Amino acid sequence: MNEITIEINGKKVIALKGENLLEVLKRNNIEVPTLCHLKGLFPSGACRMCVVEVEGRRNLVASCSEPVMEGMKIHSHSPRVINARKTIVELLLSNHPDDCLYCERNGNCELQNLAELMHVRERKIAGKKNKYRIDVSSPSLVRDPSKCILCGRCVRVCEEIEGVSAIDFTYRGSKTIIAPAFHKGLNLSSCVNCGQCILVCPTGALKEKSYLDEVRNALNQKDLFTVVQYAPSITVSLAEEFGLEPGTDMNGVLNAALRKIGFKAVFDTSFSADLTIMEESAELIDRITNGGVLPMITSCCPAWVKYAEQFYPDLLPNISTCKSPQQMMGAIIKHYYAMVENLDPQKIYSVSIMPCTAKKFEHTREEQQRQGLPDVDVAITTRELIKLIKMHGINLKELEPELADSPLGSRSTAGKIFGASGGVMEAAIRTAYYRLTGKELVSFKIPAVRGLQGRKETRIEIGSLNLGVAVVNGLQNARLLLEEIRKGRNDIQFIEVMACPGGCINGGGQPIGMKEENIKARMNALYKIDESETIKASHQNPYIIELYNKFLKKPLSHKSHELLHTRYQPRNVIK
Amino acid sequence: MKINKQLVIEKLLLASEEDAIAKEARAILTGSKSETPIIFIGAGTCGLGAGAGKTKQAVINYLEKHQIKAPVIEVGCIGLCAAEPLMDVKMPGKQRVCFSHVMAGDVEPILDAIFEGKIHEEKVLGQFNDPEQDPWEGIPFLHEHPFFVKQKRLVLKNCGIINPVSIDEYIARGGYKAYLSTIKKYSPEEVCNIIEKSGLRGRGGGGFPTGVKCRLTLRSESDQKYLVCNADEGDPGAFMDRAVIEGDPHRVIEGMAIIAYAIGATKAYVYIRAEYPLAIARLEKALAQAQEYGLLGHDIYNTGIHLEIKIKKGAGAFVCGEETALMYSIEGRRGMPRPRPPYPSVRGVFGKPTSVNNVETLANVAGIMTNGAEWFASMGTERSKGTKVFALSGNIVNTGLVEIPMGTPLRTIIYDIGGGIAKGKKFKAVQIGGPSGGCITEQNLMIPIDYESLIQVGAMMGSGGLVVMDEDTCMVDIAKFFMDFIQRESCGKCIPCREGTRRMLEILQAISSKPGNDPNEALMRMKGITQLEKLATVIKDASLCGLGQSAPNPVLSTLRWFRDEYEEHVFERRCRAKVCQGLRTYTIDAALCTGCTACAKKCPVNAITGNRKEPHSINQNICISCGSCFETCKFNAIVVS
Amino acid sequence: MENIIEEILEKYPDAKRDSLLPILQDIQDKTGYISEEAVIKVGQHLKIPASKVYGVATFYNQFKFNKPGKYHIMVCRGTACHVLGSSTVLEELENILKIKAGETTKDGLFSIEVVACMGACGLAPVIAINGEFHAKVTPESLPEIVEEYRQKESEKEREKKEK
Repeated sequence: MNEITIEINGKKVIALKGENLLEVLKRNNIEVPTLCHLKGLFPSGACRMCVVEVEGRRNLVASCSEPVMEGMKIHSHSPRVINARKTIVELLLSNHPDDCLYCERNGNCELQNLAELMHVRERKIAGKKNKYRIDVSSPSLVRDPSKCILCGRCVRVCEEIEGVSAIDFTYRGSKTIIAPAFHKGLNLSSCVNCGQCILVCPTGALKEKSYLDEVRNALNQKDLFTVVQYAPSITVSLAEEFGLEPGTDMNGVLNAALRKIGFKAVFDTSFSADLTIMEESAELIDRITNGGVLPMITSCCPAWVKYAEQFYPDLLPNISTCKSPQQMMGAIIKHYYAMVENLDPQKIYSVSIMPCTAKKFEHTREEQQRQGLPDVDVAITTRELIKLIKMHGINLKELEPELADSPLGSRSTAGKIFGASGGVMEAAIRTAYYRLTGKELVSFKIPAVRGLQGRKETRIEIGSLNLGVAVVNGLQNARLLLEEIRKGRNDIQFIEVMACPGGCINGGGQPIGMKEENIKARMNALYKIDESETIKASHQNPYIIELYNKFLKKPLSHKSHELLHTRYQPRNVIK
Repeated sequence: MKINKQLVIEKLLLASEEDAIAKEARAILTGSKSETPIIFIGAGTCGLGAGAGKTKQAVINYLEKHQIKAPVIEVGCIGLCAAEPLMDVKMPGKQRVCFSHVMAGDVEPILDAIFEGKIHEEKVLGQFNDPEQDPWEGIPFLHEHPFFVKQKRLVLKNCGIINPVSIDEYIARGGYKAYLSTIKKYSPEEVCNIIEKSGLRGRGGGGFPTGVKCRLTLRSESDQKYLVCNADEGDPGAFMDRAVIEGDPHRVIEGMAIIAYAIGATKAYVYIRAEYPLAIARLEKALAQAQEYGLLGHDIYNTGIHLEIKIKKGAGAFVCGEETALMYSIEGRRGMPRPRPPYPSVRGVFGKPTSVNNVETLANVAGIMTNGAEWFASMGTERSKGTKVFALSGNIVNTGLVEIPMGTPLRTIIYDIGGGIAKGKKFKAVQIGGPSGGCITEQNLMIPIDYESLIQVGAMMGSGGLVVMDEDTCMVDIAKFFMDFIQRESCGKCIPCREGTRRMLEILQAISSKPGNDPNEALMRMKGITQLEKLATVIKDASLCGLGQSAPNPVLSTLRWFRDEYEEHVFERRCRAKVCQGLRTYTIDAALCTGCTACAKKCPVNAITGNRKEPHSINQNICISCGSCFETCKFNAIVVS
Repeated sequence: MENIIEEILEKYPDAKRDSLLPILQDIQDKTGYISEEAVIKVGQHLKIPASKVYGVATFYNQFKFNKPGKYHIMVCRGTACHVLGSSTVLEELENILKIKAGETTKDGLFSIEVVACMGACGLAPVIAINGEFHAKVTPESLPEIVEEYRQKESEKEREKKEK
């Protein structure tokens, strides 16, 4: 008999053995505020916001970590409980900078929400506030320990989901700070810039390094030709912000909006995703037929690349030499589009919009430039994009959809599904199959690599070849697989690694506060697009064909190597 | 007779009946029968701090000079720290005699006298009462000394008396017999029952019934279980566990071995503070000896039982005395407590069922198994059985360690055993339970010492630290002291404790400091007391662990019994005990002032004005109450109020 | 320095996380503090990220991250010591040595640290110099104690010179 009966606020309720009180309360639609709670991770019991009164217990009990027991009688909102919760919020605020109006999370901050929920209306508790230096050393992230409430979510995500552990709690008591070893800047630590910590931070203690001002300045400069590219995930990640169903594809209106904002050309990174597939599938085939290093591992995720450079330098030869779609697009814009349109590459200001914070790091890498000209000048996140759109008073719902600019604006759906974990793999297989057998796949769908779970493996028959492929998301999952590879596992030939759990649709630059349903909706939207359109493989994209005919000649050509491939270096960081 | 390991094990440990050889061996090992004099030096940390090291050297020098063969044995703390350094001399056939305050220079006259058959009257504290020895005439008995007469020394039975690192002596005095007979006679479940029936409750402060804890751990199924001895003793004012380990480590080991058997643990840790190097050294020696004598290790005395005990040193964190933090510390993590359930008895060290027990609790176990549950339950009160060791310190004449039956009135401990307030001052309060406890005032001194009675008056048994305070103590300062301690030691995980105690400390600091010009400060003080109580309630209610939950106790307790002192601080800006520096007013008595200008020169803020040979005066607006003038004045012309 | 750390790590082959504190304690004992190098090497040895080793080390009072003086003075801050005047003892010590708690004198001879209760409450106020306990210390008795150690040091210097 797994079911037990407990009483909540006078009402009898069924619960299952082994559940925590919080789960039962949520299931019964009783809103208990939480702060340090993170779904999927073992409760830490740190914030004490979720405390409830349990009859027979002397103290209040944290519902996140209290297992249900037969006959328990709980009061979730008694005066004693409310008083405790309110005081806890007041205590937090007493040690928090009073600068909501200037804070990145103004309007989207869990602490603000709690202060409002508990009706905090005066600064009742005065006292000294901790003042810490802001860490701006990283190109992707900014840390402000003064705003940190020490919930520990960032530490846990960095350790348990990403397997990086760049930061941890240091010191003790009121002097506790979350920081990298020796309190050095993030740029010297093993941080891979994935930004997952930002997504779980309840306050403005963690945020991306914003380049909105640079973008706005560039747009205002008459002599600059400002262009923009946006990642596949972007178009399905905006809906909630504009009052539409999660997952609604806003591709057309986004093009229109970007033009209204002032970008001279609007390109779709999904196009260069197709390009990446052309190069990468050729590379894979080359390695397979000519005894190159296997398994080959994807390279489009810059957080993964940095991770490998730090922790798996021995596997660097396994990583594909292809640049990421963002970088390939940047290179093609400045060295092909400029040529075709008769523009001076020095006058092109290339902006990318990414669901990712690691892209801000990627475009600064010294390999990602040619003759002093960076492929991409600045990368901004989905969050920054939304602010830009709203600042310009644009209501996406009112716009007429437009197309992106040729020849870098049309894509196959293979390029589009890059946004979901497994998308790169599926796209690559569609093209590799054709290149090896001369025939198209009967069904382009490869369900075994789809979905949000952390590791997916399957085998693909391509003619006489039996390829083992694996897809991992979340670097901790990558670590586990790579350890197997290191120990000698050799039945896998191609691996896709994404640092963010679920893929780019859940990237560190995405809107904050999204639930799992939203992420699923985005994923489903991408696959729906794949289902509904006719051009489903990169090699079928006419604009890709044209690019090769007119410019690159063929995959892995000299020109391709010059512009579209890169190299890696082991990194010595504190780890 | 040659006493070796084999003889000790065969004749004293394993033999069910004692023959002549055994009796002889026992007499020799306990010092009861000796051909030479034996000299004992009280060499616990207290003794050594008082100069026992130099005393021992002086003894060795003396014996060499006079060509006398006599072993010099370092023993632990007998408990009367105020009388350290202590030296005992046992002449063959005569009663062992204890001398107090024996500095290096006192050794010669004392030994000269005793080797001539005389007792140095000034320094003698008392003689023992071994029935086999001839007493000294006219010398009081130690056990009749007011400090000892009301004590019931069971845990401390051997402390200060035996050589702590002689397993032979421990066995000669009956040691390890309880362990061997327990594992042969009883099942683990039966042992748990006996411990529960005895009424033994956790002596670290939790007061949880030990037998119940053991049974819960026993019933958890697992391939590996652990026993952890909590020797972290972080309470300031507590040193019971240290003294027990320094003075009688084998007793603790034996207790651990019995409990390990009762719960089914084959591995055990002693988690001991790094600040106790002597205790660690003695424990290491004792563990090695127990291993050598087959009492630890693999297949102990053919019973199929294994036990391995390792020492883990604490690294300076009071919060690691909390059991879940302690377990994390053993695992090499930050010692931050976690919610319970799951309780350690289900999921503990390395995820395995663990029982965490205090040193004193474990030191009681062998006695219970030897004498029976009823024997233990016959002492104490209805719900608090047995004895408790207390560390008496502060403004009391007889500072030291005492062991009394539960239920002894507090007054007895302070006045009869402790000798009353030192320097003829008046009693003000006694703090019991350290930073988790509360204070007890004159009006409640009659309460019996047991778990329940103490909670009723807003205090707590805690680990047993009793700090006595006289009229020169400021209770606000005491509350501030404990809150400061908590703030430094708080792990920082949960918000009520981390942020709440910080704010409470700031209020207490504001109350006890000089009024500044900052309007916020004044406002804080006024609202201070009410806010203290409000914050205290939430911190007690909502904190994650015992440290936070009990952190407000000293404040609440002092507020309850000394509210007037708080109000004086807040409203009259006055500290009646003259402790709070910021609230002292310094004025110059014109009648006594000679105008020597010494104070004016010393004043760091130039608050004193006056011409030479004329009475000076202090400008109260500038004065920061540092007290330098008071220290400087040779004419007692500075008045402090 | 490097050699000492290597030597210590060699005593812990196949060590896992539960050896972290004992290893750090060994390093603290032998070198007097935990250097950056120590944190990184220990992390590599135990396969624990440096941030975690640092996080654990900074949690505990025992570990210092600056080099201490030759004679490290610990002043007890426990209840009994406090009630019997340990704060004036500390003040006087800071005056005599001209440094504050947590600092080391310029000649590297002395450093002061305030510690929680050392468990010798019967003899409060207590200070410990390199582990040697001094009981019932007063501001008046301090200068003599400090001088004793200065003498010890100059004797050592003399012996060294003679060699």
